[in-house]
Amino acid sequence: MAGLFLFPASAGAQDDSGFTGTITVTDGEGEKTPAEGIRFFVEDAGSLVGEGVTDADGVFFIPVPAGTYSIAVDIDSIPEGITLRNPDRPQLDDLDINDGQSRNVLFPLLGEGVVSTVGAGGDGLATRALRLAIDGIIFGLIIAMCSIGLSLIFGTTGLTNFAHGELVTVGALGALLFNSTGGFGIHIVLAAILAVLLAAAAGGVNEKFLWRPLRRRGTGLIAMLVISIGLSILGRYVLLYLAGGNRQKYEQFGTQTPFEIGPVSMVPRDLWIIGLSVVTLVLVALAVQRTKTGKAMRAVADNRDLAESSGIDVDRVILTVWVIGGGLAGFGGVLFGLNQGIRWDMGFELLLLMFAAVTLGGLGTAYGPLFGSLIVGLFINLSTLVVPPEVKNVGALLILVVILLVRPQGLFGQRERIG
Amino acid sequence: MSEQELNPVFEGVSPTAGSAKPDAILTADKVTRRFGGLTAVNVDHLEIQRGVITGLIGPNGAGKTTFFNLMTGFDTPDEGTWNFDGIDVGKLPAHVVARKGMVRTFQLTKALSRLSVIDNMKLGAMQQTGESFFKAFVKGLWSAEEKAIEQRADELLERFKLTHMREEFAGTLSGGQRKLLEMARALMTDPKLIMLDEPMAGVNPALTQSLLGHVKSLRDEGRTVVFVEHDMDVVRDISDWVVVMAEGSVIAEGSHASIGANQAVIDAYLGTSHDQALDFNEEDGEDA
Amino acid sequence: MDWAGILSESARQFVGIQAMYFAIAAIGLNIHFGFTGLLNFGHAGFLAVGAYGLGVTVFWLEWPWWVGIIVGLLASIVFALILGIPTLRLRADYLAIVTIAAAEIVRISVRTTALADVTGGSNGLNGFNRDFTALNPYNDSFLGFRPDQLWPLTVGWIIVLLSVGVTYLLMRSPWGRVLKAVREDEDAARALGKNAYSIKMQSLILGGIFGALAGMIWVLAQGSIQPSPQDFGAPKTFFIWVAMILGGTGRLWGPVIGSMIFSALLQFTDLTLRGAVSAGYIPEWLMDGVQVGQMRFILMGLGLMLLMVFRPQGIFGDRREMALDV
Repeated sequence: MAGLFLFPASAGAQDDSGFTGTITVTDGEGEKTPAEGIRFFVEDAGSLVGEGVTDADGVFFIPVPAGTYSIAVDIDSIPEGITLRNPDRPQLDDLDINDGQSRNVLFPLLGEGVVSTVGAGGDGLATRALRLAIDGIIFGLIIAMCSIGLSLIFGTTGLTNFAHGELVTVGALGALLFNSTGGFGIHIVLAAILAVLLAAAAGGVNEKFLWRPLRRRGTGLIAMLVISIGLSILGRYVLLYLAGGNRQKYEQFGTQTPFEIGPVSMVPRDLWIIGLSVVTLVLVALAVQRTKTGKAMRAVADNRDLAESSGIDVDRVILTVWVIGGGLAGFGGVLFGLNQGIRWDMGFELLLLMFAAVTLGGLGTAYGPLFGSLIVGLFINLSTLVVPPEVKNVGALLILVVILLVRPQGLFGQRERIG
Repeated sequence: MSEQELNPVFEGVSPTAGSAKPDAILTADKVTRRFGGLTAVNVDHLEIQRGVITGLIGPNGAGKTTFFNLMTGFDTPDEGTWNFDGIDVGKLPAHVVARKGMVRTFQLTKALSRLSVIDNMKLGAMQQTGESFFKAFVKGLWSAEEKAIEQRADELLERFKLTHMREEFAGTLSGGQRKLLEMARALMTDPKLIMLDEPMAGVNPALTQSLLGHVKSLRDEGRTVVFVEHDMDVVRDISDWVVVMAEGSVIAEGSHASIGANQAVIDAYLGTSHDQALDFNEEDGEDA
Repeated sequence: MDWAGILSESARQFVGIQAMYFAIAAIGLNIHFGFTGLLNFGHAGFLAVGAYGLGVTVFWLEWPWWVGIIVGLLASIVFALILGIPTLRLRADYLAIVTIAAAEIVRISVRTTALADVTGGSNGLNGFNRDFTALNPYNDSFLGFRPDQLWPLTVGWIIVLLSVGVTYLLMRSPWGRVLKAVREDEDAARALGKNAYSIKMQSLILGGIFGALAGMIWVLAQGSIQPSPQDFGAPKTFFIWVAMILGGTGRLWGPVIGSMIFSALLQFTDLTLRGAVSAGYIPEWLMDGVQVGQMRFILMGLGLMLLMVFRPQGIFGDRREMALDV
């Protein structure tokens, strides 16, 4: 019955006219659960003409003939601790019902302890800013991990890979599969390693069975971009299909005792994320600078034909880029999952931020994504000092627009030549 | 022009790099363009004489195409100013420069393959009423103009012997035919100065003569032509004047004869250490 | 399985509300991508801007609905300018990224509680289509469509025909010729004195206007706006893309036919899968009710990929004439 939300209201599936709705409770992390037992009254010019109660899926249906009505929620039927999101509007008036029309209405509820999102009091501005900055750095490091692959793939093949977010999700969900008690029950550390390998393999499969054959038959870059978008949708919804829509957590390192560092409190998990990210990123940077493979990568990114004629196996380099890029994205996904929980579309959420980070740093460069990501992470987190949290990603778009206006090649990129 | 005759307009013009011309249509000053550490163009002073054909030659990487890009607004220089027909066109975008009468073609022909030949030609006409968004809806506002354009296009197609390909997609044309199309299309803009980037590249020898004839006819119509070429026979055949670039700068100017004997030009093409005769002595070949 | 019911219900969707407003939106997207080569992946943003422009004007300011339409159109022009100014001078990929981001921002903005006073937040807006529905001349049902559906359907399909007409007039004019040239090779067009940036912007604005119209007619039909991801987010944009490519990009009727077939196909797969699940052909553990709804996206993503790889010109397209290198 939850499927009702997915269909347009005028699907014409029901013949009875009346009011319907799916009532959910939103918790502190934005998760919605159905609310059972909420009562609604329908009135016509002041007199009661119908009432109904939500079922286990949070759905209710009150049949009324065609006409104009008001519908109100029975406050007493809302459990303790749960509140209406709009407490001033427990009733909607002047709603028309036509013959055969089943009209959907919304009355969202907020869970225990969840309050309006803007303006948390308590901590002083400096403390909040510091905490946000630390969160921003953590987030930035995670974005950096995920987007290196994106930048390198673009550099070596010219493909803007819109399906890159799904590699992140594969890593996070893979670790969940290995880790959760319903899955394999392996400790998260080992599960993470397995997940990274899984994501790396996914990257390799991508290249070997999809992109390389497409390059061979001469498919243009724009067509490949559209294909990557199709792949992104396909991948995302398959993951949703398999994993369900709820946010989940890993078995270990979930709730930890915070400790104080100066004015802010942190958990050990934060430090681990920072540490692991920095170490990995430094290793990757060194590898790209110093190793033969790294140099080959840069050569292919710079000029593919020239690299090929100097004896570099371009296909092999590209495959390496995909495997490493995939593995890094998967690792980023696990860290992201540790930091904010695991969801089927977490990678897609991150995709826009990755693009902002990579564009800021310079598409195709090696160090670009790192600096771009840190700036993006810091900026959007600190922006919540002035804007509500659910809009913080807007900051990333602003960065994107400004950079494109002022310096489209990014901080580290080269200006392009024409002709 | 044969090797001996020099176009009379150049009487008294000094065959040195950056020399002044009696009636310059394009004048460039201190134009530089750097890419990272590399200086692609560094032209101190250059004047192009009106109404003649000037050949622009030089080894690969000399900066000729980059110079074209800069003059026509397809690239922005680091420094420099230049005037076209008395107007400072330095800061103008490419399409405005074209509208002012300085039109260029491209090294890799840009025949618009997915348009028909006749549509390619009609595209070339400038200031079309029908190209404005709101007027486009009302056919009556532009249909007469369109007919006139079509007539002009057909005349040019006739002149360039492309009439039989009129309805075909430009993508089906041969390489040489595309060169002709690009030149004909550029003529639709009624340019004062037409800059041809390697017009003979990739064209079979049979077609070259025909193209040369067309280039000369442009001059005879009163237009100015600047063209980049590598084929010295072509340069000798049609240039009234030659400008030599190397490593971004203009190193020599003059008639074809004077260029051929110019030491700086020889150096640029062959490298400097040539005062020793090239020696292919058999004895030196094998290891001792 | 009730095949007769499934087929007739799916067939109705050829001319249903979704096919109708998809057609208008796809005509706009076709102008962007098919005729100009612009990669707009945030088309749902135009629908949202139009819909909310209309809804907010009528609901809060209580101005007449036709004023709301003008506001919605103006808003979409502004939106197009915001998208185009930074990106049209740059590579195609940048527009793709910015449009996805911008559409997402629009969607977040209209549902955020901070702006709820204006936009209705996640509740959306209700009841602003009263004047529009008051004009309804229909009293009886027809082809299974109720009278209150027939009115927006009529208006909508008329708009579809007008939109095709507008596109036809433009593309056969010299303006259309310049657009085709810019699509293929911007530098060649500039060398002939054409202002490539300007015409790309005009195209972005025009296609955006069609997107806004689609959003407006749709919410007028529904009577409410809900800022859910399905309605105004990435999924909708992608649906419109698939519909457009299916019909054939760069062709006049492609987006219309594509939308019609797409809507019918979507309904067909949905009903078939649901029927199969409830009849027991597909076991519950393999696919439950919720997952049926997800199936449409899985199939759509797969469909888009297969289309682009094997038949990028769609049903009516001409491979030689395509904007892409395929």
